[in-house]
Amino acid sequence: MNTMMNITRRNALKYGLCGAGSVLLARKLQAALPVSSLPVKAKSVIQIFLWGGMSHNDTWDPKPDSGRAYMGEFSKAIPTNVNGIQIGQLFPELARQADKYSLIRSMTHGINGHETAAYYMQTGHSSNERITYPSIGAVFSYFKNPGYKGLVPPYVVLTQPQGRFSEEGFLGPKYKPFATGGDPNAARFEVEGVVAKGISDDRQAARRDLLRKTDLLGQAMDSAVLKDARIAEDQAYELILGPGKEVFNLSNEDDKLRDRYGRNTFGQECLAARRMVETGVPYVVINYPGGWDTHKEHFPRMRKQCPDLDKGLAALLEDLAARGLLESTLVWCCGEFGRGPKVDWQPPWNGGRNHYGAVFSVLVAGGGFRGGAVVGSSDEKAEAVLERPVYPVDLLGSIYRLGGIDPASLLPHPLGLEARVLPEISDTIKSGGLLTEIM
Amino acid sequence: MNGRRQIDRLSNPWLHTCILSPIKKTKVGRMMQLLYHRPICINSHGCNKNRNSAFFMSAFLSEQEYTDPVSCRLVFFTEGETKMMKHGVVVFATLCTVLSTVTAKEPSAVLELSSSPEPAGRIDQLVFKRLEKMKIQPVLCSDEVFIRRVYLDVIGKLPTAKEALRFLDKPESPTKRSELIDELLERDEFADYWAMKWGDVLRIKAEFPINLWPNAAQAYHHWVRKSIADNKPYDRFVREMLTASGSNFRIGPVNYYRAMQNKTPKGIAATTALTFMGARAESWPTNQLDNMALFFSQVGYKPTSEWKEESVFWDPLGTAADKANSAPGKDVITTSTTGAVAQVSATSGGPVATAFPDGKNILLSPDRDPREVFADWLIAPENPWFSRCIVNRVWAWLLGRGIIHEPDDIRKDNPPSNPELLAWLEKEFSGHQYDLKYLYRLILNSKTYQLSSVSSSGNPDAAAQFASYPLRRLEAEVLIDAINDITGSFDLYTSAIPEPFTYIPKGQSAVSIADGSITSPFLALFGRSARATGMLDERDNNTTPPQRLHMLNSGHIQKKLENGPKIKELTSEKLSPDKIVENLYLTILSRRPTEEEKKTVLAYGNSGTPKKPLPVIKSGITEKQKQAIQQQRKTADQERQNNWIDIVWALINSPEFLYRH
Repeated sequence: MNTMMNITRRNALKYGLCGAGSVLLARKLQAALPVSSLPVKAKSVIQIFLWGGMSHNDTWDPKPDSGRAYMGEFSKAIPTNVNGIQIGQLFPELARQADKYSLIRSMTHGINGHETAAYYMQTGHSSNERITYPSIGAVFSYFKNPGYKGLVPPYVVLTQPQGRFSEEGFLGPKYKPFATGGDPNAARFEVEGVVAKGISDDRQAARRDLLRKTDLLGQAMDSAVLKDARIAEDQAYELILGPGKEVFNLSNEDDKLRDRYGRNTFGQECLAARRMVETGVPYVVINYPGGWDTHKEHFPRMRKQCPDLDKGLAALLEDLAARGLLESTLVWCCGEFGRGPKVDWQPPWNGGRNHYGAVFSVLVAGGGFRGGAVVGSSDEKAEAVLERPVYPVDLLGSIYRLGGIDPASLLPHPLGLEARVLPEISDTIKSGGLLTEIM
Repeated sequence: MNGRRQIDRLSNPWLHTCILSPIKKTKVGRMMQLLYHRPICINSHGCNKNRNSAFFMSAFLSEQEYTDPVSCRLVFFTEGETKMMKHGVVVFATLCTVLSTVTAKEPSAVLELSSSPEPAGRIDQLVFKRLEKMKIQPVLCSDEVFIRRVYLDVIGKLPTAKEALRFLDKPESPTKRSELIDELLERDEFADYWAMKWGDVLRIKAEFPINLWPNAAQAYHHWVRKSIADNKPYDRFVREMLTASGSNFRIGPVNYYRAMQNKTPKGIAATTALTFMGARAESWPTNQLDNMALFFSQVGYKPTSEWKEESVFWDPLGTAADKANSAPGKDVITTSTTGAVAQVSATSGGPVATAFPDGKNILLSPDRDPREVFADWLIAPENPWFSRCIVNRVWAWLLGRGIIHEPDDIRKDNPPSNPELLAWLEKEFSGHQYDLKYLYRLILNSKTYQLSSVSSSGNPDAAAQFASYPLRRLEAEVLIDAINDITGSFDLYTSAIPEPFTYIPKGQSAVSIADGSITSPFLALFGRSARATGMLDERDNNTTPPQRLHMLNSGHIQKKLENGPKIKELTSEKLSPDKIVENLYLTILSRRPTEEEKKTVLAYGNSGTPKKPLPVIKSGITEKQKQAIQQQRKTADQERQNNWIDIVWALINSPEFLYRH
């Protein structure tokens, strides 16, 4: 790798390029040549985001001894296929796959607002700056884009974007996730823009021909002016008329396997994610359909949603492992925070759980993460970190490293200042260290 | 125009022009000039004639080979053939004269005027002088291009077919264009559209990361929009924001101080520098920003008993310094070595010394809100940033590029591309009571603004000298509004916050949405501003592959084409195919189709052929037969409708529709 490619601001100063110019130079070089210098263990990442915040003590950090005030309706924990690890009673399938993943039970940031917590968990940056940082998926897309030649965009969201902060941040729309829309559990997965309802390939081709013939301005213009738009259009047509869209055709999969993932939207999203990873898509996000913001009716909703999550996620891990893809595919699953370990029994909640950022759980697997381990722990009521706190920069930093991206690399800051992939540790940005114990 | 068209040889109707353009320079070529439009006229009749005409041309030039436009294969001629064709050319020329009643315009003829423009004022003199030095001959845009451009630029909307016709068919006169400009500046949509642009700069957004809250965002937007509609002098507009105090729900402009992520004195100073001085304080010496921050060190924020209401006030005693009361934020300049900004407070005794960003020293008296002192310095006519920033911004908004570029990066080492022009505009603006509409008129009426977007010189400095009007993709809001207007459909806009102020009545235009948190997947996909920093490049009008996918093939757009009542109306069976094509072009592209285009479009899926007589339902036929006939009719109707849908689809996917040009 060329040494010029690794110029950081510090190096630039060392080489005698002083003052504001050096920052700009470093920025320009970085912007022109996004390179990651670390070895790549995770070629692809699947992020399962449990938007709204999933309860931790009902799921992956059960505290059976904390009583009904805390455990509510789910008093049991069940053993897993790894000695000494127990998880919540609603996750029998995941219990059989515990050797494939590790659980972080000491995730913490202390933020209880959805947007701020979601931003922090997916960027690692404080929200009090003047700029909006890109989410980890956009950063992956930024660093992987130059080498990525796949037909499907490098950063895909199944099926809807979160909509509460711009995932691409200051990197701009080029790094926006491609949201599929549609429902992979439907008879035909109608991916917005790729698979159109009732338009045959012949009609598509005829239309395209007409489009060319009626393009008066394009024919009059200097071809260089519309070059980018033409490239964008050609790429779009590779998906519309080419083989690229086959990745979304889930009917190519064995019916039994589809059943194993669960015949529901989330389950089939997991299957679609696996198909994309197989073709080399670097970053896939599944935004859990419906969400986990269970202030009210918490327990009925958990009874409904957890089995889908259990089945889909367990099948995904098993299937990835069976195909030899788990080694190169990193899977992480969590919400922006956990939920109040103490149940709100009083009205109007009547058995709900509130936002809770002081401690919660994250599941990580594959792509260089070891399975069958537990990182950190919470106290006996799952209210606070007992040992080994894990902060967003630790989790994200570990994922970046396994993906071959140095968290100290620079991004093109819109104001020409230094913008690191992850911030340096400070009073506002705390760290408990990278997850080296499972890497 | 010669030789700068790179075209798809398989499908381009102007192929012959392209092949033959280079020969225009030769003596033979000039003779041929008279001829060479003719083959174009007849080339849609079939490839044989097409090919024949090219044969003649080749022969005439004594060429021994020719690339067949249909097969793209090289065709070689024997000597005998060449000889024969030389004879043929004479016959052909005669034929062409006969056919000369049929005229076809070159694409650029639809878009440009042939006469060269005379400077219409000082702007043109200053711009054309530079173009002349660069040996660039400016070319004016046609009326067809002008009406579309000026509608989009002034009110963010397309002209209706009726409006387009009214303007196009109006007799030529020296005031034809300026009358339209005057009319548009008084439209309600003018205020909507420019409030949207200011909404980006002033960060009008209820939610993350600005967190104004819905009714405060509405109050802010309402004030901005009304100021624009009233044509409030720009100096007053800015001063009212900088000196505002009161409730965020009741006094719109106080939200200026709330609409920033970093509300420390330095954060406010940096935001103010960006917003009204077009300067990035990050590139300033540290003490310059520290000094400016002192003017904002007495801004207090306190909650009221109403949910999410907050008062912004002059707080010399620092009563709101309590962390629980003040808004969060941390210093933006992390490299600063001076630490926290000194608090100017009455308790510290006498006046505090600081300096304006231009270096002039000032003693801040404890009995005057320092924000007022700063505002008065800023809006003074001699201030080097104030007028410069706004005239440059407006110029960039209208002409796609600042005289200082980027328009929010004004600094000594980023000089204007035409200093005389910028200085003149500044003087005119401050000399006319900071009247924004005067400034718009000045720019819109210039020939510089009205130049063609097609002509390009290839000179790398041409863009910075405004040699042509640059192509820019329509903003997300303008694009979806245009599509909805054309099809007669609506989009649904929502916000994540369940508040009454986030309810959007059906049919409201995207341009007029007050709050950046109220959005739709389309707006997000097409690069609407995130309104997080107020920087101009937060709005991204570049084209990405997912955007093309969406326009070309999404259910969202296809449904509008299939179900939009206006499309059904425009393509009604009662109208002749000719009339339909004309209406569609006027509605979508604001001009009439050329003859060539009409032919191309009507050839698509036999749109032009009258409906074939279908079997009628007679009495005495079986139920099964009846159903079969009904089905047959239904299919035929569907096919006909699909053809028109595809034609509309092609037009809204053409660069001519998607871009300002």
